[in-house]
Amino acid sequence: MSKTTKKTKGIFDPKLMRAALIDSFKKLDPRALWRNPVMLSVEIGSVITTVNFFINLITGKGEPAWFTGMVSAWLWLTVLFATFAESLAEGRGKARAESMKKTRKEIMAKKLKKPELGGEYELVPSTQLRKDDIILVEANDLIAGDGEVIAGAALVNESAVTGESAPVVRESGGDRSAVTGGTQVIANSIVVRITANPGETFLDRMISLVEGAKRRKTPNEIALEVLLVALTVVFFLVVVNLSPLSIYSVKATGQGQPVTLVVLVALFVCLIPTTIAALLPAIGIAGMDRLFQKNVIALSGRAIEAAGDVNVLLLDKTGTITLGNRQAVAFIPVGGHSEKKVAEAALMASLTDETPEGRSIVVLAKQKYDLRMRELPQNAESIPFSAETRISGVNIDGHAFRKGAGDSLIKFVRNAGGTIPQELDGQVTAIASAGGTPLAVSRDAEVLGVINLKDILKGGIQERFLQLRSMGIKTIMITGDNPLTAAAIASEAQVDDFLAQAKPEDKLRLIRENQQQGYMVAMTGDGTNDAPALAQADVAVAMNTGTQPAREAANIIDLDSNPTKLLDIVEIGKQILMTRGTLTTFSISNDVAKYFAIIPAAFVSIYPQLGILNIMHLANPFSAILSAVIFNAIIIPLLIPLALKGTKYRPMPAERLLIYNLFIYGAGGLLTPFVGIKLIDVLINILM
Amino acid sequence: MQNSEVFLDIFQILILLITLTLLTKPMGGYMSRVYQGERTFLAPVFGLLEKLFYRISGITPDAEMNWKQYAFTMLIFNFIGLAVMFAILMLQGYLPLNPQKLPGFSWDLAFNTAVSFVTNTNWQNYSGESSASYFSQLMVLMVHQFLSAATGMAIVVSFIRGLARRTAETIGNFWVDLTRTVLYILLPISIIVALVLVSQGVIQNFSPYKNVQLLEAISYEKPKLDINGNPLKDASGKQLTEKIIVKEQTLPMGPVASQEAIKELGTNGGGFFNANSSHPYENPTPFTNFLEILLLLLIPAALTNTFGRMAGNTRQGWAIYTAMLLIFVLAVGALYLAEYSGNPLVQKLGVHGPNMEGKEVRFGLGGSVLFSASTTATSCGAVNNMHDSLTPLGGMVPMVLILLSEVVFGGVGSGLYTMLAFAIIAVFAAGLMIGRTPEYLGKKIEVMEMWMSVITILTSGVFVLIFVSIALLVPAGVSSMSNPGPHGLSEVLYAFASMSNNNGSAFAGLNGNTIFYNLTGSLAMLAGRFAPAVAVLAMAGSLVKKKYVPPSLGTLPTDQLPFIIWLVSVVLIVGALTFFPALALGPIVEQMIMQGGV
Repeated sequence: MSKTTKKTKGIFDPKLMRAALIDSFKKLDPRALWRNPVMLSVEIGSVITTVNFFINLITGKGEPAWFTGMVSAWLWLTVLFATFAESLAEGRGKARAESMKKTRKEIMAKKLKKPELGGEYELVPSTQLRKDDIILVEANDLIAGDGEVIAGAALVNESAVTGESAPVVRESGGDRSAVTGGTQVIANSIVVRITANPGETFLDRMISLVEGAKRRKTPNEIALEVLLVALTVVFFLVVVNLSPLSIYSVKATGQGQPVTLVVLVALFVCLIPTTIAALLPAIGIAGMDRLFQKNVIALSGRAIEAAGDVNVLLLDKTGTITLGNRQAVAFIPVGGHSEKKVAEAALMASLTDETPEGRSIVVLAKQKYDLRMRELPQNAESIPFSAETRISGVNIDGHAFRKGAGDSLIKFVRNAGGTIPQELDGQVTAIASAGGTPLAVSRDAEVLGVINLKDILKGGIQERFLQLRSMGIKTIMITGDNPLTAAAIASEAQVDDFLAQAKPEDKLRLIRENQQQGYMVAMTGDGTNDAPALAQADVAVAMNTGTQPAREAANIIDLDSNPTKLLDIVEIGKQILMTRGTLTTFSISNDVAKYFAIIPAAFVSIYPQLGILNIMHLANPFSAILSAVIFNAIIIPLLIPLALKGTKYRPMPAERLLIYNLFIYGAGGLLTPFVGIKLIDVLINILM
Repeated sequence: MQNSEVFLDIFQILILLITLTLLTKPMGGYMSRVYQGERTFLAPVFGLLEKLFYRISGITPDAEMNWKQYAFTMLIFNFIGLAVMFAILMLQGYLPLNPQKLPGFSWDLAFNTAVSFVTNTNWQNYSGESSASYFSQLMVLMVHQFLSAATGMAIVVSFIRGLARRTAETIGNFWVDLTRTVLYILLPISIIVALVLVSQGVIQNFSPYKNVQLLEAISYEKPKLDINGNPLKDASGKQLTEKIIVKEQTLPMGPVASQEAIKELGTNGGGFFNANSSHPYENPTPFTNFLEILLLLLIPAALTNTFGRMAGNTRQGWAIYTAMLLIFVLAVGALYLAEYSGNPLVQKLGVHGPNMEGKEVRFGLGGSVLFSASTTATSCGAVNNMHDSLTPLGGMVPMVLILLSEVVFGGVGSGLYTMLAFAIIAVFAAGLMIGRTPEYLGKKIEVMEMWMSVITILTSGVFVLIFVSIALLVPAGVSSMSNPGPHGLSEVLYAFASMSNNNGSAFAGLNGNTIFYNLTGSLAMLAGRFAPAVAVLAMAGSLVKKKYVPPSLGTLPTDQLPFIIWLVSVVLIVGALTFFPALALGPIVEQMIMQGGV
């Protein structure tokens, strides 16, 4: 996989900021804001104080107009900051959706009457294509819709979808048969059966996803909103209660003024959890966007959240845990031959072997045993690997060099009239049980030794599994290898468990078993035979190179087709939840300081004794209330970067993570506003 | 006050906490066996009775209910109890066991009292000895102290089943839970305790009230009043008085001991006499005082252990217990300190020492403080001293304990289920903070659980705020206050806090027997009891269906100190944020005025 070439814009790109600013004003419309009840109530509060401001201004009665004016202005800003955060989070996705929309323009498709290359076709617009129509796509044509290649093979440029400029091969049969509408065939022709109606194609879905048009609140988001709305209702009653409390107290003491409407609204807005409510939509959108930056498309927000909860991870061995290919690591002689002789024979036998394994044998022989290889001799005859003999090699100068699986080679040597050294069997088993793949090497009718081919783990994979374990996630390696080999690799890679000689139905069963025990299971897959397991898994990541059934069964698509992405997805899922949790805690902890600012200010005219609660020594009631309102407003833009980037996730046991976050966001949330409000109060009094 | 007395008080507090902690495990274990239908050592005595009762009433003990059936049965049962009680109180003049020929209650008082006893509040706008016949006391008030307590315990047990069972539908059988609670838990302990109380001097009889000759006649000056009740004055405007000599006193009698035991054990608090546990016939000695305190804490504390066992992890139970204990110790300390510091205005007059106004000397500072804190930490509401006479900050402590939604041990059953709802809220925030969708005891916390938890913990607070607002604005609310200013506000706040949270104790300065307070109070009590109860059952119904997620390293440990401290903080922060303004204008400002007045 090559690096993606698309241009990524920073979140705070000036162009995006400008668009977000315009959009944030549009979002002030109550019909748009009702989806966020907490902020809607702030908007209603702003209207009330604004009306109050004009009454003050015109009649000259009540509180000073500058005070009600300032409070109104900052309340409006509070709402605006919230809509701005959401718009900003949507910005990057929208920009990308725009560019994708351009590729969705109407295409003329060559609709075939018979599903064969070179058949007769008529030109129809792509909007009229329906499921199961058959189309022909030739070089330089755009593919008119999602579909499956049923004949031919072609090079396809999928950069419109993946941002990847290197073309990929799409061919009928096998696991690379899916094509995406809007991508372009560069060479050769294919026959495609359309699998999605217009408007339901992958590109359509992606556009609506990144635009956020179809964004639904996730269950966890709704549950959090329940808490926030409940708190808002309670604080509404608390504030309403304040009025009778003050009216009674004024009557009882015969001094002071009942709390005014503007102060009540100000206190209400300060108390309700505006910080988290303002940033909540942005957190979810930004999370999806961060995934998008990693070239991963989540088909629902729920899937990402589920990723944060995953406790069992099914990983294919090849490509995820190990590099794709085995490599030769040692030559082991048998029958009294020298190691070098084995190496020489292995080298000879592999001269024409172009597989990665074969090349690794050549490389090892040259490097470790310093063998000089001449040019391939003229008289060399290559014996390719065949399914019947299961061995391969080269005939040179009348000598037959062969290599192959132990029993196959034994058969070959016996047929040639040779004998088998006794220790061969032992060596073969020893290698296999250590996780390697043994290949016996022979020259003519003599077995010389064994090559040890080993799976090479990806760099740093053990550390990742260690991290996963400390996050409480169990990793299970899926492999087609025999149990012995699988066990050895599993222990080397430090996965928790493995499934050897796995067939697709074994995967499905394993997922079901784990789910029945209550675990959330994530897996990656690409083949059609992975589809049932993908459909069953809670978090199912399909490779974009995979087949259409696999892509349909999955809830997350990895455009880079890189199986280790699952780890990033888990991390982003956790980050989204953590950001919600920490900002909620922060938001509510803030209230304590706001009480200490506003309550003495509101009641000091009735009971001067309550001045003792003014522990921040704010200059006067007006500046105290205003400071609290301003703090409450500007904390939102200050936290936008955190909401968009997400709380940093450190893999550590839950308990330590909890203590850490409680300390930072709980205790921090308690203390920060004391400092902030005091500073703002000082500033106000310098300026006024 | 001598240092040795302080030392003795602290010693008494420590002994109480140690005894309580030691009893929690065996008592909790016993109750979990009762609720899981296991055979207990009382089976030979009550087993037959239990079966007989099921036979007579046609109950199939094995037929389990889903949450809707459970909630419906619970509501019907309580509604019928309410109706019967209402009728008996109004008609008590025509009913037997009424040697004093007491007339029926007025309709609003009867309704308030019936609601009060059915909701385990036991707010008493009547005075026991002067309004309730022995029949009413026994058949209505005592019986419902058993039944309302058993209702609360049944609800919490079915909720625990909801948490503990995996992918099931039913949460138990209300009739069975109710019957077993009464037969195996409340009745045996009440009988034993009643006998112990009688041995200490608590009375148990059906005699008419006794007139006894005073050893020493007392006399006092009484202001003379005209026919309209206005003071008569002489020509110079001086108040006319007459001298009254009292030689005789009427001593109310009655079946006190039987009601006393369940009053504490079921965190009811409905005293036989108006003076409640400060009356020598209810609470004669420091020993009975200690026993009563222990008794009212016993079941709420032990239920945490029952919870842990039934949920399959006793550490979870101890975690909840620890959280409760932490707040309790804080409260006892604060109350003791406030009362020990005394009233500076009184001290200026040369009377030194702690604030002893409204306290019984035989209990002293320690026995009074411990009782006040315990009776308000649990939703008992029995009192052995006058809460209205506590120092302002001292009086704020019981008030706050009530306003925290009665979760510091709380009412029998209701305390634990409300605390568990708090735990679910705490888990929600904490779970998110560790990057998981939250789960408690392996059950996912989702939208339904959030709604129901929020209803459970906030209903009482909502009704306190609404009714305090109304009471402070309407004349009918303000006219009942016996003290103007911040203290009057505290009285109203305390009254609605106590009723909404089903505590039942009072800042007695408020005249509660008016149509306004009887009706608003009834509404507050009903809402504060049944809205959370139904919400908790609905939550049990949702939880019981969920599958169990086994814990891993990534799971939030809810049985460790960090979570316990977080839970305590959530309880305190929710309470503080809701009531800080009201407390500021009530007890806090009153304290400042008191200190400023020196």
